[in-house]
Amino acid sequence: MLSFLIKRLLVLVPVFFGVTLVAFGFIRALPGDPVEVLAGERGVTPERHAELMAQMGFDKPIWQQYFSYIGDVLQGDLGTSLITNRPVIEEFFELFPATAELAICAILFAVIIGIPAGLIAAVKRGSIIDQGIMSFSLAGYSMPIFWWGLLLIILFSNTLHLTPVSGRLSFLFDVEPVTGFMLIDSLLGDEDGAFASALHHLVLPAIVLGTIPLAVIARQTRSAMLEVLSEDYVRTAKAKGLSPVRVIALHALRNAMITVVTVIGLQVAVLLAGAILTETIFGWPGIGKWIIFSVFSRDYYAVQGGLLLIAVCVMTVNLIVDLLYGLINPRILH
Amino acid sequence: MKKTLLALSLGLGLAVSGAAQAKTLVFCSEGSPEGFNPSLYSAGTTFDASSQTLFNRLVQFEAGSTKVVPGLAESWTASADGLEYTFKLRKGVKFHTTKDFTPTRDFNADDILFTFNRMWKEDHPYHDVSGGDYKYFGWMSMGDLLKSIEKVDDYTVKFTLNYAEAPFVSNMAMDFASVLSAEYGDVLAAAGKKDDIDHKPVGTGPFVFKSYQKDAMIRYTAHDDYWGGRSNIDKLVFAINTDANVRYQKMKAGECHVMPYPNPADVAAMDKDPDINLMRQEGLNVGYLAFNTEKPPFDQKAVRQALNMAINKQSILDVVFKGAGSIAKNPIPPTIWSYNNDVKDYDYDPEKAKAMLAAAGVTNLKTNIWAMPVQRPYNPNARRMAELIQADWAKVGVEAEIVTFEWGEYLKRSKNGEHDTVLLGWTGDNGDPDNFMYVLLGCDSAKSGGNRARWCNQEFDSTLRQAKQVTDQAKRTALYEKAQVIFKEEAPWVTIAHSVVFKPVRKEVSGFKVHPLGSHIFYDGVDIN
Repeated sequence: MLSFLIKRLLVLVPVFFGVTLVAFGFIRALPGDPVEVLAGERGVTPERHAELMAQMGFDKPIWQQYFSYIGDVLQGDLGTSLITNRPVIEEFFELFPATAELAICAILFAVIIGIPAGLIAAVKRGSIIDQGIMSFSLAGYSMPIFWWGLLLIILFSNTLHLTPVSGRLSFLFDVEPVTGFMLIDSLLGDEDGAFASALHHLVLPAIVLGTIPLAVIARQTRSAMLEVLSEDYVRTAKAKGLSPVRVIALHALRNAMITVVTVIGLQVAVLLAGAILTETIFGWPGIGKWIIFSVFSRDYYAVQGGLLLIAVCVMTVNLIVDLLYGLINPRILH
Repeated sequence: MKKTLLALSLGLGLAVSGAAQAKTLVFCSEGSPEGFNPSLYSAGTTFDASSQTLFNRLVQFEAGSTKVVPGLAESWTASADGLEYTFKLRKGVKFHTTKDFTPTRDFNADDILFTFNRMWKEDHPYHDVSGGDYKYFGWMSMGDLLKSIEKVDDYTVKFTLNYAEAPFVSNMAMDFASVLSAEYGDVLAAAGKKDDIDHKPVGTGPFVFKSYQKDAMIRYTAHDDYWGGRSNIDKLVFAINTDANVRYQKMKAGECHVMPYPNPADVAAMDKDPDINLMRQEGLNVGYLAFNTEKPPFDQKAVRQALNMAINKQSILDVVFKGAGSIAKNPIPPTIWSYNNDVKDYDYDPEKAKAMLAAAGVTNLKTNIWAMPVQRPYNPNARRMAELIQADWAKVGVEAEIVTFEWGEYLKRSKNGEHDTVLLGWTGDNGDPDNFMYVLLGCDSAKSGGNRARWCNQEFDSTLRQAKQVTDQAKRTALYEKAQVIFKEEAPWVTIAHSVVFKPVRKEVSGFKVHPLGSHIFYDGVDIN
């Protein structure tokens, strides 16, 4: 197990440096620089432009900028935002809990509904239930997030008045951020109703963000289950007279889960991409919106740092998924 | 599930009505502020969240107009040569008490010196804090303008200028000139926390900063000891949402009271909504097409005039602005004093345009129209606008290619004069005509590139220079009126439109005024019924 873990960690080292290079190159490949973008129609004299670029260290050769950036990153310094003048790492971790909370709830929603739906579809293969579940999952997979989000807001918030339109908490509550996870912080605080308000605000964004992963998980569970259900050992188990529930739950599902866990792991990257749109629609103060704003304002350090930290998150989740394989199927460790 | 949600929403609804009694005003703001010190930043979003709520300036713009009225200075006088301005400061003005700072003295001249010297003097202990880039201080050339700032006594400050500049007083009303507390600066310096001055703001304004969660919410409470009287609003909340559709949905659901920048497609529905009062005002901006007068045939006045006549502005207004704009005939909007309403615009007359082009010897002209890649209030869709102009010009035999670049590149190349004709615009900073005409059309700007027409007319330029040097408003008005006549005759631009700014406000809010400079002010008579 340990050697497996070490091998996986070693693979991550070149990936990490690759990501720093891509993030560094990506933002610089965009035309325009932060000084020009910020000045807009007002313009800036060439002298002042050069002075400000030098102040930010962008006058040095590109390779020198990269190595000085890497040097800082290895010491845990991701630079200072060119827009807000605050350390990038501070801004990231101020916003990250909101994205993490939303992503966790979205994936929970997707797993809790997606796996049973896929399971039922597989067991009832060819039935109307199967066709219904698969049609819904195809629709869910094809749904543009911004359209789906607005549709739910119009229906649930403005027509049925069941959920708030956007935000993380009603303005009536002033919850002190402790963990950054609103559900937890609202419980830690002493304001009655704050937790209910936080939950209330989370419902629609989690559904919207969880819809695509739900569809993928349901379809993947179905096909993995169909494959496993046709295996000899399942037939043997059935022939031995085991109850259908026992056959499915103990023998088939566990093996089908390997594929499903892989898919759930891969969905983390999809969730973070989807979070950008979901956060914009629901006014959710997370890293998705922050990265987009940073790209538009050519905030080099914020984009580099943000992309790097997101990549680290995705790598960590994939590592956990790799380790989970081992737990589900110990043969993989060898 | 449905029952739970229903119970939750009922709870929320009741709580909201309870909050209305406690006079909480929620503003659905369009973005996060860059920080809380307006001298360091340039976005209106930042100014709404800082200068308009937390701070005051020596002089201020009257709510709903560009008229300069007393602020932290009760009165001011200018010397006859326009080189010295003396401000008499208001007594008994209290700075905010926050959890990090309790002021021990009232506002005085030391705070003015601290505020301006920080921006101006490179050796000031706070100059380099938060990057030390004071954008508007630089853009308004304050560094070149100021000769000295002296404290005459605790309540008198004298500014001496290097040259006469009549818009100086208007500049003092701009957001960047918001006054900070010198005492707070000393306390933070002693504690080794200088950066906090820009993130944990302390001002003299009508509201006190309470908390900020990036991209989510800013909270303020009324400043009980505000020199202008306590605000009617007890609590002010900025609920941040970048999407105009969602802001509108929040307005409809009663989750916020005022929202900026509605989606043009929603304006008609807002107008019919019985819960919403749709306020409107002409924006302090101008959208234009500038001819590069250094390139033939645009160096000929007759050609520029003919191409002006060839453009159907009304159709641009209908298609691009969808009614949310008005035709521009002058380089300044009608909301600015000295607007010359006697100026006659070029009528749409393709036949006459064709004849004038032929008379000028211009046939089969091939040119380009640069279209901005971004949306601006003065030009919501530059590509579409360029297409309409292209079609109009084709009717008079001019073949125009539409060109566009990334925004930074667009600004840089057009500044270098690479264009034949370019679409651009301007939003005013201080309500002074100089801030449009000299900045966009003066000879200095033609050299530096800010004047995209690269047009330098001696008579026009000397009229503007004269207007800078006299402090008498009537004389200045006459000079700017004359300048507008010269501008129209010379036609370096096609003045296209001024946008109309829409501001949806819920009916329960009273006293809110649309500010021509785009600020959102929740003081000065704003209340919730």
